[in-house]
Amino acid sequence: MILERLEVTPRELRERTGWEIRPEGACKADRCVPLPDAGGERVDVRVLAERLGMALVQDDAHGLWALGPESGERALLSAELPEVTLPDRHGTPFSLASLRGMKVLIVTWASW
Amino acid sequence: MWQALRNELHPQGLEVVTVALDVGGADAAGPWIDYAKPEHPALIDAAHRMDELFGVVNVPSGMWVDEDGVIVRPPEPAFPGKAVIAELPVPKEAPPRILEMMQEAAKMRIEPERYLAALRDWVDKGRESAFALDPGEVVARSAPRPPECSRAAACFELGQHLHRAGQVEDAVPWFREAHRLQPGNWTYKRQAWELVDPILQGPSEEYDGDWLSDVREIGAENYYPRAEL
Repeated sequence: MILERLEVTPRELRERTGWEIRPEGACKADRCVPLPDAGGERVDVRVLAERLGMALVQDDAHGLWALGPESGERALLSAELPEVTLPDRHGTPFSLASLRGMKVLIVTWASW
Repeated sequence: MWQALRNELHPQGLEVVTVALDVGGADAAGPWIDYAKPEHPALIDAAHRMDELFGVVNVPSGMWVDEDGVIVRPPEPAFPGKAVIAELPVPKEAPPRILEMMQEAAKMRIEPERYLAALRDWVDKGRESAFALDPGEVVARSAPRPPECSRAAACFELGQHLHRAGQVEDAVPWFREAHRLQPGNWTYKRQAWELVDPILQGPSEEYDGDWLSDVREIGAENYYPRAEL
């Protein structure tokens, strides 16, 4: 997640990482991690990084930070498919959740 | 080729979604999508979010999701049919490096028959299929996620962001750092090599590794791990 300042809105965080800010803290799947100010309009990324094991990498020259995904044992915290929306080749967003009710094979490939 | 599989299994309730990991976005992946004329969703992931979210480290990979939005197989090597790269005719006048690359590609473990048999079984039997894993097994089989992988993802993201912003040289150190932190992630490596050398992904001043050398280092037969089917 690319950042120009060390805070995010709960919506930005949810859409990009799947972590949701609730009164009890930052939550994803069955895991909730307490945050000092979970009711605010913005979340301090440094606190998130520390508590969720997310790498926070700074690029001084460009005034940017990047927040990596949570670390721990495995890439998946749960088997529940998180909310993922990606564009098609015309830029039209497509939500994977819209395929609920069908079996889905998600194939990653690349032009390279 | 995924479209042909979709034609076969869509009437039984399977949808295929392809996701292109391409920093070049629609400019890079779009012509391939146009050529394939997919009837299924064909999406583009310029930031390689699939790596972050699901632990994808190579392509092609497939992940199965059931009717309730539950993942029943995490990302693993997935092949729709015959392996294109291993079966392309070798031009007589091809540069030696191309020939060497094709020789290595021919050694890769590519088993579409096993994969497609498992997929058809799941589409037919659903949760009763032996290939549909329970949630705990799905999590356990997903890729390891130590702190280095989180840092690699953050570094790759800075690299792809700067590259797409036109700051091509500034992106290179971040791609290099992602490669150092997570050497087993081929999407990070091949993407960066391709941006320098689209055809060969060969040796360059920018990167320590290249496709042919790195494949030989691990052994081409290990490039795709054997799917645990």
